Amino acid sequence: MPRYYLGVDVGSVSTDIAVLDSSMKIVDKIYLRTKGQPLKVISEGINQLQDKYDNSEIGAVGTTGSGRNLAGVILGADVIKNEITTHAVAAVHMIPDVKTVLEIGGQDSKIIIIRDGVAVDFAMNSVCAAGTGSFLDQQAARLEIPIEEFGEYALRAEAPVRIAGRCSVFAESDMIHKQQLGHDLPEIIAGLSAAMVRNYLNNLAKGKDIKGPIIFQGGVAANVGIKKAFEDELGIDVIVPENYNVMGAVGAAILAREEIARLKRKKTSFKGFEITDFNFKTTSFECDGCPNCCEIVNIYQDSQLIARWGAKCPRWEAV
Amino acid sequence: MKKITFPQMGDMKIGLKALFAELGFEVVVPPKISKKTLDLGVKYGPEFACLPLKINLGNFIEALEKGANVIVMGGGCGPCRFGYYAEVQRAILEDLGYCFEMIVLEPNLLRDYQHIKKILGNVSLKRLYNGLKLALYKIYMIDNIYKLVLATRALEKKKGEIDSLYSSFLKKIDQVSSLKKIKALKDEYQNKIKENINDYQRDERLIIGIVGEIYLVLEPFVNLNIEEKLGELGVIVKRDIYMSSWLSHFLHLGNEMRQIKKAAEDYLDSFVGGHGLDSIGNTVRYARVGYDGVIQLAPFTCMPEIISQTILPSVSKKEKIPVLSLFFDEHTGDAGLQTRIEAFVDLLMRKKIYDGKLLEKGINYA
Repeated sequence: MPRYYLGVDVGSVSTDIAVLDSSMKIVDKIYLRTKGQPLKVISEGINQLQDKYDNSEIGAVGTTGSGRNLAGVILGADVIKNEITTHAVAAVHMIPDVKTVLEIGGQDSKIIIIRDGVAVDFAMNSVCAAGTGSFLDQQAARLEIPIEEFGEYALRAEAPVRIAGRCSVFAESDMIHKQQLGHDLPEIIAGLSAAMVRNYLNNLAKGKDIKGPIIFQGGVAANVGIKKAFEDELGIDVIVPENYNVMGAVGAAILAREEIARLKRKKTSFKGFEITDFNFKTTSFECDGCPNCCEIVNIYQDSQLIARWGAKCPRWEAV
Repeated sequence: MKKITFPQMGDMKIGLKALFAELGFEVVVPPKISKKTLDLGVKYGPEFACLPLKINLGNFIEALEKGANVIVMGGGCGPCRFGYYAEVQRAILEDLGYCFEMIVLEPNLLRDYQHIKKILGNVSLKRLYNGLKLALYKIYMIDNIYKLVLATRALEKKKGEIDSLYSSFLKKIDQVSSLKKIKALKDEYQNKIKENINDYQRDERLIIGIVGEIYLVLEPFVNLNIEEKLGELGVIVKRDIYMSSWLSHFLHLGNEMRQIKKAAEDYLDSFVGGHGLDSIGNTVRYARVGYDGVIQLAPFTCMPEIISQTILPSVSKKEKIPVLSLFFDEHTGDAGLQTRIEAFVDLLMRKKIYDGKLLEKGINYA
């Protein structure tokens, strides 16, 4: 009897898995670093669940994140959804009257405006990495502070210094100049948090109607310094849900269950936990059919080709 | 021997080829835009220029390599950088050592005619008239069919059928040169497309209007095939920016511009260059006829569209229509675009279900 629903979010920085029970409560969650090897990390995550659950107990599987298509073909997902929709769905699930979702992940950040439980507007950063987790990671590494403690440092600041937030290159050189003048680390880190929040609100939230309840999710929501900077700037309390770092996966699991119900399908297309026994491999080549030189990617399960993408024309369509 | 070439933009090549062939010249159509075209344009174009200049430049280099020696390019004097692109491109190509002549078409038909005569020899007015008539007729008929493609891709019976009909239509219209045959082809394909759609699905489909800068709207290579992607997501696409509508405006035919200005007047009351005013006016019109959403397309750093982008949030709020602005530069990876349009389509679909629009029509999604 299916009792559990699986959501998998393969992002640039982390791969998250959430297992929900039939009342849509989270019973298991896994948070792994993707480290540029999504295939290996998906297997690793599924492997951790293999002993706890039986194939027949899984009612539906959904994937999301920038690696959603890859994860989808490997797992046999019932639904493959973009990360904006899954984050919105999960936020509404956690806090039904939520009106604004702030989400900051590794490579991108987004804002979603929700009214009456439905997303009505969203924005996602496009060409700039200044307001994302990767930049914070980089700065933490440069200052030799573990990323987990980065936020605490900001809270200790008495008088934050001003850091330029328009661009990560400007921000870094501004930080270095302030350091060399003798400012304390907490002051600088608090300044950086404020700059990041300013950049986010200027870039993404421009012209958007930000109302409470506000929910803050994604990996960066762990950073108490950024949370406080948002609260200071917006003048409203910001809620960080308990499962802030697996919200995409939660949304994917909820949507997968809905999809099975909507199509009135009896059975999930989940391939089973045994997929970890297979050897998944990707190969790529440059097509020489025309000057587009498309980079074609092949996904193999052992020696069988299970998916192929990257082409602009139908030449390589048939698998 | 004069060998004429011109920039690629959507399916414009078919009309221009017909015009110059009718005038008795050899035409060198630039190769289809590819990564190579983009690489050449980015390598030799000024870094801060917008994408259309770079792609045009790549087109010209590829065509010159194929033996072209006359380039026809648009000019103009609107407050957008495009008016000066031909001169910049001429200087770059000359620096690269190419030998060619350039005809820059300005909004002054008499002077254009004299310019063409000077470079191409004595072209009689009658011949020019016939050539223009043929070219314009092809352009209008192509747009006519493509409008139908945009409206029916999401309804096709067999996946990919409508696109393959469209490409066979283009191939055929390229080969005929009488107005009667063109008309017959248009009618034939109109019927073929209509036979290939499931009309009963129409009510459950979203309608998205496209606005923005004309080059980005018309050229699928630079907009990463957004219209086809939307069709695959089950969206009916509508727009008012076409080569033919631009020509109608240029030749002072019809009153569409008046309607656009009227619709935009609460938000923007002056010409801001390019199609900036159209983007505002059309968004308002689309909201008022009940389209579900609007997508704005523009090249990165495009001044007219940046102006409309900053006005669109208030249009969106007052007219109650969601708007997604997308700016494009030289990236060719489309995963980011796919994520954004999928999310936008989800948002519109959930909104449509929530608003009860589908239930009213007897469609139950729950």
